[in-house]
Parts: sequence; C-alpha cells; structure tokens
Amino acid sequence: MTMKLVVVGNGMVGHKLLEELATLQPPGLDVTVLCEETRPAYDRVHLSEFFTGKTAEDLSLVTPGFFEQAGMHLRLATRAVGIDRAMKRVTTSDGEVIAYDKLVIATGSTPFIPAIPGNDRPGCLVYRTLDDLAALAQWGGRSRHGVVIGGGLLGLECAKAVRDMGLETHVVEFAARLMAVQVDDIGGQVLRKSIEDLGLVVHTGKNTQQITEGQTLRHRMSFADGSHLETDLIVFSAGIRPRDELARQSELGVGQRGGIMVDNFCRTRDRDVYAIGECAQWGGKVFGLVAPGYDMARVVANHLHALLIRKPAPALPEFAGADMSTKLKLMGVDVASIGDAHGATPGSRSYQFSDGRRQVYKKLVVSEDGKRLLGGVLVGDATDYGTLLQMMLNGMDLPEAPESLILPAADGKAKPGLAVEALPASAQICSCNNVSKGQLCNAVAAGATSIGSLKEVTKAGTACGGCVPLVTQIMKVEMKRQGLAVSNHLCEHFAYSRQELYHLVRVERIRRFDELLARHGKGLGCDICKPTVASILASCWNEFVLQQEHASLQDSNDYFLANIQKDGTYSVVPRMPGGEVTPDGLIAIGAVARKYGLYTKLTGGQRVDMFGARLEQLPLIWEELIAAGFESGHAYGKSLRTVKSCVGSTWCRYGVQDSVGAAINLENRYKGLRSPHKLKFAVSGCARECAEAQSKDVGIIATEKGWNLYVCGNGGMKPRHAELLAGDLDTDTLIRYVDRFLMFYIRTADRLQRTSVWRDNLEGGMDYLRDVVIHDRLGIGDELEADMRHVVDTYECEWKKAVSDPQVRRRFQHFVNSDAGDDQVAFVPERGQIRPATSEEKRRRLGRIPVVVETE
Amino acid sequence: MSHDMTQIDWTTVCQIDEIVPNTGVCALVGGEQVAVFRLGDGALFAIDNIDPNSGASVLSRGLLGSLGERVVVASPIYKQHFDLRSGECLEAPEHGVRAWQVRREGDAIQVRRGDR
Ligand code: SRM
Ligand SMILES: Cc1cc2nc3c(=O)[nH]c(=O)nc-3n(C[C@H](O)[C@H](O)[C@H](O)COP(=O)(O)OP(=O)(O)OC[C@H]3O[C@@H](n4cnc5c(N)ncnc54)[C@H](O)[C@@H]3O)c2cc1C
Ligand code: SF4
Ligand code: FES
Repeated sequence: MTMKLVVVGNGMVGHKLLEELATLQPPGLDVTVLCEETRPAYDRVHLSEFFTGKTAEDLSLVTPGFFEQAGMHLRLATRAVGIDRAMKRVTTSDGEVIAYDKLVIATGSTPFIPAIPGNDRPGCLVYRTLDDLAALAQWGGRSRHGVVIGGGLLGLECAKAVRDMGLETHVVEFAARLMAVQVDDIGGQVLRKSIEDLGLVVHTGKNTQQITEGQTLRHRMSFADGSHLETDLIVFSAGIRPRDELARQSELGVGQRGGIMVDNFCRTRDRDVYAIGECAQWGGKVFGLVAPGYDMARVVANHLHALLIRKPAPALPEFAGADMSTKLKLMGVDVASIGDAHGATPGSRSYQFSDGRRQVYKKLVVSEDGKRLLGGVLVGDATDYGTLLQMMLNGMDLPEAPESLILPAADGKAKPGLAVEALPASAQICSCNNVSKGQLCNAVAAGATSIGSLKEVTKAGTACGGCVPLVTQIMKVEMKRQGLAVSNHLCEHFAYSRQELYHLVRVERIRRFDELLARHGKGLGCDICKPTVASILASCWNEFVLQQEHASLQDSNDYFLANIQKDGTYSVVPRMPGGEVTPDGLIAIGAVARKYGLYTKLTGGQRVDMFGARLEQLPLIWEELIAAGFESGHAYGKSLRTVKSCVGSTWCRYGVQDSVGAAINLENRYKGLRSPHKLKFAVSGCARECAEAQSKDVGIIATEKGWNLYVCGNGGMKPRHAELLAGDLDTDTLIRYVDRFLMFYIRTADRLQRTSVWRDNLEGGMDYLRDVVIHDRLGIGDELEADMRHVVDTYECEWKKAVSDPQVRRRFQHFVNSDAGDDQVAFVPERGQIRPATSEEKRRRLGRIPVVVETE
Repeated sequence: MSHDMTQIDWTTVCQIDEIVPNTGVCALVGGEQVAVFRLGDGALFAIDNIDPNSGASVLSRGLLGSLGERVVVASPIYKQHFDLRSGECLEAPEHGVRAWQVRREGDAIQVRRGDR
C-alpha cells in the first residue's frame, strides 16, 4: 500500500518527524512537505547564534541529500492556506491542490504582538525566524537604542542580541518580575540585579499603551502609569501563540487558549490529521519547548509506520506530557527551573539559599515527607541542574538534609551529589533527543569515548546542550567501569593526559624530558610522548628546541627546523608577517631559490614556500635569508603558522581598521609559540572578511569601534566556522583576550587537538570559555597573561640560533662520514622548475649514473 | 690496523661524540646508507637508512623510543616503527630492513654487515 503524507511546516518538529520516518523506512510512503519559509528546517533553539557569526547553513538541520531521497518532495516558500477534510486535500498559497491520505500539521507558533496602537510602525519587530533576525540586524545597524517588550525567556535572549549589537538596551515587562513563569520572586530579583549589572535597563510592571512618533528617537512608548520611553527599535517578545489557523478553518478542534487538540497519538479529532509541536495542545497544555515536540514527532512517526506495516497499535509509544524543566544562560547568568518551581503541590515544603555577593539564588521544593524532590529554581549558578533534574525525574531518595544539595560545600566536604551510578539505565538524560543513560553507556562501550564522538553517535547534548555536564559524567564513569579510563593516557610511557603532564611540568618545574620520564613515566619514550613533552617544555620555559637536552625529542621537522618532504628533502618557509613583503624581500627570496635550484610556490598562508632543499643546504639557505632580514616561519612546528591579513583601511575603500598592521603585530607577538597543534590567525579590515578570519583558530574582524574576536575555527578535513568570543574590543583588550585564550588552550588541550575539537570537548562550551577568558571565572587570567609574556619576551629566531651554533650546524649533513649528498634524491624538470623524480624515473636514472663510493 | 679476519670488515663511521645521545646519524658504507643510533645509556644500533615505505633515505632522522620491550625508531615520513635489533617493521612486516652490526672501539663507532 502507498500512503500520501502531507506535512505542513518544516520547522524543528516537522523536520524531526521526517528524520524519524527516514530512519524507520516505512514502505510505500510518499511525503510532500510544505514549508512557508524560504529555507528548510533550521535550529531555532540556537537562532541567536546568528548574531555570533553562525550562518543559515550552520544552523540548518537538513543533512546533505536529505530532500533528494526518493518519495520526498519539499516545497519551499509555500504556505498551506486551507484544508478540505472531506476531499482530503490541502490548498497552497499558489493555489495548488495537494491530496493526502494522512496530514500532519506542524506549523509551530507565532510571536504574540499585544494589540497596542502603533505596534506596526516600521522598526517594530519580532524574534522567531532567521528572516526576523536579519531584519533586526538591519535595523540594529541604524539604531542606538532598543527596547524588548517581554522579560521572559525569549525576551531576555533577544535583549542580549540587541545589546551585543551595541545598542543601549531596555527590557519592558508587564509582570512584576522577570521570567515570571520559570522563577519565583527572589529568583527574579537576583536575575534582574545580574542583568542590570551588565548594563541593561529593566522596567517591570509596565503596561505599554501606545507607540507613537518619538521626539528624540524613532518611537515613543507611552505606559499606563503616565511615563514614557523613547527608542529606535522595538522587539515584541511577549509570548507565543500556536499557529492553529488551519485547524480553525477546517474545524479540527482548538483549545480555549489556542492549540490544536490532540490525543496520545497526536491525532486530532480527524483520524487522518495529526498535529505536533508548538501548534498542538495536549492535556490542556501547549508546550513551548522543543523536547516535547520531538517526542510528539517520534510518536507520530511510529504511528504512521505501524499503519503502513499493519502493526497492532498497542505496542506503540504514546505522548505522555513532558517535563518543562529548563536551563539556560541569559547574558552569562545561569537560570534554571525544575518541575514544580513555584511549590504548587499541596503540602510541599521549600528550602532556599541566597548569596547576595555572588548573586546566586537556589530553591528546592520537596514533598511533604521530605523524601522526594518536586522542583527547584537556580539563578546565578546552575551547575547542579542535571543532578537535581535526575533526582526529580527518577523519584530518587533525597539525602537526610535536602538543603545540603543547594548549600555551598563546607571546606573539604564533598557535596552529596548524585551518584550517576545510581541512575537506572532507563533514565532519560537528554530530553531534547530522548537519549537514556543506557544508550549512552552502550555508545561508550562501542567506542565513543570522547564527548565529541558521544554527541555524534547518540545526538545527546546536540540541541539545548543542557545535559552535556551529565552526559560527560556518565561517559567518564562508564569508561572507568569498563576499564577504559586509561584512554586519555598519552602513550604507554606516561599514564597521564597531556593536560596532566603540563601541570606536572609546571608544578614541579621540570625542565627536561629525562627528569619527567624518571619521575612519572617508564620505558624510553616514543614518537608520541617525546614531541608532546618537547612542546610542553617549550610552551612553559621556551628554551631553544635544539639545545642538546631537547634535540632528541623533536620530530624530524623540528629537529631540522624544516618540513620533510616525501623524498627526504625539506621545504623552507621564511616568515612574512601578515603576508606583507617588500620588493627587495621578494627579490632576495627569488635569488636564494634560484641559487639553490628550489621549487617555489605561494602557500595558502600568504607566503612563499621553497621545496627540494637538501639537509646540508638548509643552514646555507637560511644564512642568506637571515642576512636578507627573514626569520623562521615555523611552518614545521606545532606553533603559530601565519596571521593572514586583508589589505584593510590603508588602501581598501571599505576597510575600517588597519588589518595589516594588526596582523603583523599579532604574528610578531605569537611567532614561535609552541602549542598542542598548529595555530592559524587572520585579520580582516571589515565585515567583507577577505582574510577569511572565521575559518581560523583566532579570527579578528574590524568593526567601526574596534575588533570582533572569533575563536576555534579551522579549515582542513573538518571545516569549522569560528565563533564570536567578544565584540568591539580595543586593541589592548584584544591582545589580552588572545593571550588568555591561547594559554588556556595550551594548558588544557590534548595532543594534536585543534582549537575547535578542544572547544567541543570543553564542558560548558563557548559560555565557559567566555567565563574563563573574559570574566576570569577561574581567577587565572593574570597567570595566563604572565605565561604568555614570558614566551613573548624570550622569543628568538630558531634559525638564527641554529646557524650560529656549530654543534647544531654539524647535524645538517646527510652522511656523518662523507660530504656526498643523498643519492636517492633526484629531480626532474617540470614547468620550468624541479619536482621529485618518481621511483620509475629514479630507477632509470640510477641505472645510468654510477653511485659515488667514498673510500677511507 | 689489525688484519684479524673478524675485524677486517668493520668500518669506522664516526666518533661517539658525533652522535647526539638518543638520536641517529647516517653513514655511507661501501655505497650503502646505514642509520646508526646511540641511546642515552650508550647502547648502539644500526639498520638500513632507506625507508622502504617511502623510498626516502631518512630512518636515521627518526625519533627513538621503546614499544613494550622493543627499541624502535619511527620513520619521519609516515611514522612506521622499525625494531632496531632486527630491522623488522612493526606496521608493515613486508617492509622490514636489514640490521647491521655495530660496536664501539675506544671513541670510534664501527659497523659491518650481517646479523648481530
Ligand atoms: C604549503 C601549504 C600548502 C600550499 O602549498 O599552500 C601546506 C602544506 C602542508 N600542510 Fe597544510 N599547508 C598549507 C596551508 C594549509 C591551510 C590553509 C591556510 O592555512 O590558510 C589549511 C587549512 C586551514 C587550517 O589548517 O585550518 C591546511 C590544512 C592542513 C592540515 C589539516 C589540519 C586540520 O586541522 O584538519 C594538515 C594536517 C595536520 O596538520 O595534521 C596540514 C599539513 C600540511 C603539511 C605540513 C603536511 C606535512 O606534514 O608534510 C604540508 C607541508 C608543508 C611544507 O612542507 O611546507 N595542512 N594547510 C600551506 C602552507 C601555509 C603556510 O604558509 O604555512
Ligand atoms: C529565539 C528562540 C530561542 C529558543 N530557545 C529554546 C530553548 O533553549 N529550548 C527549547 O526547548 N526551545 C527553545 N525555543 C523554542 C523552539 O524553537 C520551538 O519549541 C520549536 O522550534 C518548535 O518547533 P515547531 O516545529 O513546532 O515550530 P517551528 O520551529 O516554529 O516550525 C514551524 C514551521 O512551520 C511553518 N508554517 C507555519 N504555518 C505554515 C503553513 N500554513 N504552511 C506552511 N508552513 C507553515 C513556519 O513558517 C515554521 O517554519 C526557542 C525559540 C526561539 C524563537
Ligand atoms: S576585508 Fe574589507 S577592508 Fe579588508 S580588503 Fe576586504 S573589503 Fe577591504
Ligand atoms: S537535553 Fe537538550 S540537548 Fe540534551
């Protein structure tokens, strides 16, 4: 049997349904998707990241090729305008009529715009779709002052975006406190204080009555209490309303406060029509979060699948309501609400803790007998969210004194946290993606032993991210249980991770590999631990990498300060900070390349690479380059490679800052810095981004007011866009943040872990990184800067040292007992330069040319 | 020079202080390239210098280390490990190399062909 399924709406939930169906692969299904927006499903939960540099593609939820599958038809920019249930057809905005056997409505909701006169003035906006955000960004660019109407979850998120655009930002809330739904009075106050400290202005208990032409700014808002406020733009974020208009028109049954009424299988009163996501109402409730929507999508997918394969219904999953606990970070302030946050359960008791100085507020709601956790509120510090949520969801026993769960730990005494071992395998850890503890453990057993791979395999933690700390904990415990905890050991010689070795080196002030090996390792070491420790020693003490004690630790590339090529020759890359080079410099490089017969090409890093140098030629070549004013380019090291630049304000008609000057300064500052993997920077002179800064470990983009700092991007095998760490920085702050960022990375990353992978594995992600770098949450900011100062102050060009040290120079010869060159190296001409001979070419040649034999 | 038969085919390739401890050098012996290594404790090893996996003459430039009981060098090109005692290639057994005999006479390092 074939079934024609029509899905109205390709939002988060509608798309989840399609994905679930694609996994179940029911036979004979033909799906038409009507998508009102111009682009298919994207991640609305992370919508605000549009403002920190994420593009529509980054946010897309559609895997490549998804809509090219057989039996899948996507209609973009197509709205459903009517349902004819009798004839079982849907009419689209283009007048097309599409027949269905089954229909799923997944139309989501729209922002509620209060009926205030003037609410349709230009510059009155909403915050729901990518187009809305693009419009906000446009208006933001032309405004100095912005107001967000609504101090709920979305309103505050939106206010942050407005503030990050550099506008003076006000939040106007009708209720007496912020986030009235999720937190209680005191929680609201603490939240308000924290937000005001960040420079936002909060007005509560304000009823906006009209919006008119402003006198100093674009609009004037007049309030019921007679006061007014002038502003350039207004965003309405005063709640959402289910988009149930199709259901109303086709008499499908809509709840009093909106929402299409559905049963446990998410069916409407018409057996052939389902409704899921934010447009649906179940048990008198509309769920404004994505996790319940995903649940509904799974239920419907299974239901449709069962119909197609004629499976009996009783075995099918049903929608059973959802826990509305939430955790989020609003402008750097943790806010969490769990279960019955307001203590509405009869007989319930509550415990509260507040710390005015740290702006922390915590509340627990427990059952009458004090045995079970019913709910809670956390403001300012939500680290215990995952633990408390699991205690509530799994009805676990509370400790003797439940208040100990929210009181700060007394010195030396561990908090009676949640032993994740105690969680049942069925416990749902990631509610967004319905991943249980059991599934996580299985994935770990199957080899997902880093948080990055665990996310990839199970999808846990990939939506709201709230469960990541708990997922990490479970992963660690499970790895230990399976005897896998050894996997962070660097190699068989050291039972430590790179990060642990780094600390040992620092704390015990160890300066030699042998010393570290004697104290903390075994065996002789190997090609993994030796270069890693060499890099750590260089990051910490910055001694010459080729001095006797360190030389034998270096990879061939570092040992000879050049990149080895496939034929055993080397490449030579002089540094050209920012890609800037004088004509004389170019001529000098050309002269050297010609003299030594090197193959010459421009690299992707804005400099010149010369290939085919023999070992014994390297010091001679470098002597000449140094005489011409060049320094080592460290193309061989796990260290700073290049800082790419665009031409910037000096020449370019659009440039707003001197990007070349900035790039040169940065490259000179960090050149030679040894790190867990290579580091690449770029600086662009304006938002056109000609230097491709967003694909770098550190990317800097000029703004009218200073610099935007992006971090943790890369090209290569798995390209990643960098993310905005901080905006509009002056040059000094920029350098300070980069110092801290780099040193923190150097201290904590694994061997050969690029910044993007490191960031993925960082518990708490970007927010945590911001906390450490900007807010100095760990209190190590000064230390990190001092470490960097040491490296910067002790910089020396390695090649300059190498050529002037006779001991080191001696190593640059192919034979210890002969001045002959390596007879295995052979070149053939190509396009006017040399290239390595192939083995076939070599064989032919070696046959003819007699081998030089040295006699003693 | 002695003309004792057991000594005759030993070739002096360098002095001990010409090899940085825990590294190797390459010597030219009768037209062949030999990689000679010196460990930190003074132990000496010698194997062919040409890496069969890449065809490049580079084994003397690899990093020294141990894997279990084996003393190994890692080729700098594609990182395969060679057992310094036997010349065996751990990752690609079909790409083993020959081990050479090596000894120290006073400060001179000498090698000769054949098994140790
Ligand atoms: C020469 C150059 C290609 C060129 O002709 O343009 C190059 C050549 C090499 N790249 Fe590259 N990469 C070069 C730019 C890039 C770029 C583009 C850029 O920097 O703007 C990328 C992508 C951007 C990035 O890294 O985020 C790039 C991504 C890689 C990767 C993959 C890194 C990753 O995280 O996935 C490797 C492998 C690795 O490092 O493990 C690599 C490794 C290498 C090595 C070092 C491989 C090796 O070990 O022999 C190559 C030898 C360089 C040599 O002998 O000098 N190269 N490589 C470029 C030198 C730039 C420079 O001036 O220093
Ligand atoms: C800024 C922001 C932050 C959020 N943060 C969180 C969070 O942290 N955690 C959380 O759980 N939730 C969050 N949410 C809520 C979450 O995004 C929604 O719960 C989720 O998107 C609901 O999915 P949906 O498919 O029901 O609706 P939507 O994603 O809105 O999709 C509905 C789609 O249907 C289309 N449509 C409507 N009518 C028609 C029609 N007649 N014809 C064709 N197409 C139509 C719409 O254009 C839309 O594309 C956030 C929402 C926003 C806006
Ligand atoms: S990024 Fe902007 S400033 Fe820089 S060169 Fe390009 S257009 Fe000019
Ligand atoms: S709970 Fe939202 S991603 Fe896991």
